[in-house]
Amino acid sequence: MTAVTKAGLAPREPSGGGDGTVPETHHDHPAHGTFRSYAAGFVLSVILTAIPFWLVMGNILDDMLKTSIVIMALAAVQIVVHMIYFLHVNTKSEGGWTFMALAFTLTLVVVTLTGSIWVMYHLDQNMMPMSPHEALQKP
Amino acid sequence: MLEVTAPPGATAPVFYEQEEHAHGDGGTLVGFWLYLMSDSLIFAVLFACYGVLGRNYAAGPSGADLFDLRFVAVNTSFLLLSSVTYGFAMLEVERNRIGTTLAWLAITGLFGACFVAIELYEFGHLVHEGATPQRSAFLSSFYTLVGTHGLHVTFGIVWLVTLMVQVRQRGLIADNQRRLLCLSMFWHFLDVIWIGVFTFVYLMGAMR
Repeated sequence: MTAVTKAGLAPREPSGGGDGTVPETHHDHPAHGTFRSYAAGFVLSVILTAIPFWLVMGNILDDMLKTSIVIMALAAVQIVVHMIYFLHVNTKSEGGWTFMALAFTLTLVVVTLTGSIWVMYHLDQNMMPMSPHEALQKP
Repeated sequence: MLEVTAPPGATAPVFYEQEEHAHGDGGTLVGFWLYLMSDSLIFAVLFACYGVLGRNYAAGPSGADLFDLRFVAVNTSFLLLSSVTYGFAMLEVERNRIGTTLAWLAITGLFGACFVAIELYEFGHLVHEGATPQRSAFLSSFYTLVGTHGLHVTFGIVWLVTLMVQVRQRGLIADNQRRLLCLSMFWHFLDVIWIGVFTFVYLMGAMR
């Protein structure tokens, strides 16, 4: 029964056939990664995680703004590392649609984050100043 | 007649087959990817919310008072380890070994469970100190963002256990392979979100 339905689904398969063919084409999918790619991604992630924790916990740079910029940059790099080594994002898989969706989403994320923080920061500056004590009296 | 004109070893049907697979399993993977992208928009909004409200302590405790970075470091390593063990599970799926696949999936689930347990312990500790979500806008947005991520991990574990049962019952059939691939994307995606959480919320919060 399964052999018949498989043959009906894939009649253009001249060689092979049977149950083994469908999983095998999945195996040959290039976007699955190898042991080396996972190990490389893991090592890179460990390094990129350890540095920001070390910088903050040891107060190495002694400057909040500098540390913030460095750890944000490291996080961005680590996100790219995860995307490539773990999520196997590339410009070709699924006919380029995954990458297109990712680019679109990243645009929206950047607009949402920077826009919200920028606008609300300015709004906050134009608010009436309030001391912590006054804030406690608020309902 | 056709056999005479066709060159020997014509592979046109094989090309057609590869074209089919270039688009994935009937669009499931693209669809799931689109779900993940919409999920990252949810997280983007929660991050923006935290970015706006993260300093409004209402005379309550700040991140520097509350966060214990050692917990966060342990949690981060658990999630990172679970990500790579899930990768190893997928490699075993490709080799069609059910036993080792289930073993790696179980290890992944255990790391995930440890992550959720530590996060719940941290939340309980914060609530015990009076740092409840009602305390300040900072804490409301903190619990919403980190809690949403923790909820995702929790449901990921539920999904993982479900798939382990299915693999045990049905083996590594094409359907289960597709499901495992979707969960692997989900799981790695949660690790990507966690990078943002530990950097933007914990590390930068602990410095303030």
